[in-house]
Amino acid sequence: MTAPGVAPSRLPLHLVSGFLGSGKTTLLRRLLDTPALADSAVLVNELGEIGLDHHLLRHLDGETVLLRSGCICCTVRDDLGQALKDLLDRRARGEVPPFQRIIVESTGLADPVPILSTVTSEPMLRHHLRLGCVVTTVDAVNGALHLERQPESGKQVAVADRLVITKTDLAGPAVTEALARRLRAINPGATPFHAMATDLDLGALLTDAVSPNALRAEALAWTSPAPRPGGLQSLPSHAAGLHSFCMVFGHAIDWVTLGIWLTMLLQAHGERVLRVKGLLDIAGSAHPVFINGVQHVMHQPLHLDGWPDGDRRSRLVFIVRDLPRDLIERSCRAFLGLVPEYAA
Amino acid sequence: MCGLCGIVGTAPHWTDGVPAPSPPDTPTRRRERQERVRGLNRVLRPFGLTASDWQGSAYIIATYTGRSEIVDNAAHLWQAAARLCGRACDPLDAGLLERLEKEAMRP
Repeated sequence: MTAPGVAPSRLPLHLVSGFLGSGKTTLLRRLLDTPALADSAVLVNELGEIGLDHHLLRHLDGETVLLRSGCICCTVRDDLGQALKDLLDRRARGEVPPFQRIIVESTGLADPVPILSTVTSEPMLRHHLRLGCVVTTVDAVNGALHLERQPESGKQVAVADRLVITKTDLAGPAVTEALARRLRAINPGATPFHAMATDLDLGALLTDAVSPNALRAEALAWTSPAPRPGGLQSLPSHAAGLHSFCMVFGHAIDWVTLGIWLTMLLQAHGERVLRVKGLLDIAGSAHPVFINGVQHVMHQPLHLDGWPDGDRRSRLVFIVRDLPRDLIERSCRAFLGLVPEYAA
Repeated sequence: MCGLCGIVGTAPHWTDGVPAPSPPDTPTRRRERQERVRGLNRVLRPFGLTASDWQGSAYIIATYTGRSEIVDNAAHLWQAAARLCGRACDPLDAGLLERLEKEAMRP
């Protein structure tokens, strides 16, 4: 539990995801050159893939290098959990610079969720790390094709906190804008950035919302019925059965019952519930509660210090694959109806 | 670790202590556990299962014939419930929803 406005002291673990050839490595190199991110540790699957030759300052050992920017780069051999523990051990012993964040670059075909669940399921890692941002790169030239034909691509987009459209110079504005619309349809809460934009704030890509204002802004971005065609009310994405929708509740919600329902839903259908975010008016809570989950991996709920706008209704946003919205909504309301004072 | 029973403490589940943040084993949290047990029993009844609190640190899920499992939190609860009743506990199951909706209609 995080009290309103209190920044967690655990180091954030950010994930850079994206389909094969979508520009993950290029983005990562730009991120590492950003002064604001100079104190980062990076975990990649193969050092060769990152093309860091001219950045290489010195080898710390066979698997770790110190970059010119001051960042550390390690390879992940077999076990991400062990690599993370080793890195934290060496930081504690002073063998590597005291990095302030870890960035993991996943392979193009990787499912991002097991990487996130590594952090939340290992007690030692959970104690030292918290989940930061998932940044997903999408290739403007081939992104639409990947979304249609590769389920992994749609999932990488669905679980993202930040989306970066790459290769926009090769695709042209019309194709890029069409892709941006599709990305918004899959993941309404993650505004797509353009990698080639001159005003792209690279540091902001990995700034997870911990201040009260940032948290309120993020909650609003995810859960407000935005001025898009149809708002969040079930936007078709045309991407491998993915769709998103927002449930709105005009009354306080019983947290215990919602928790029972959501844990049961994630246990039974977690593979198909790609994302859930909510801004909730919880009975008995003085503050609105912001929940955020990726499949089975739920972040610790956060109490905001106030509502981000005048709308105090509870809102629950889902991105699902091949699950009917009507059935999810009926199920949620049937469970909440078991506590008559909070029933719809 | 509990000095009497030797049970190792487990990490808090994301559903714990949200409405009124407070340390574990306070009256507020105990009341929340009671409410969770009550809610679980409403949902588990159609599966022929019951839930009860165990020492304020775990839950016992049991069949009507006495088979039972102890689970730390909601993360493990539904897997145990499925093992005990022999079928998946699916909140989207039409039969379950009809039963719950009828129960909600009762005066």
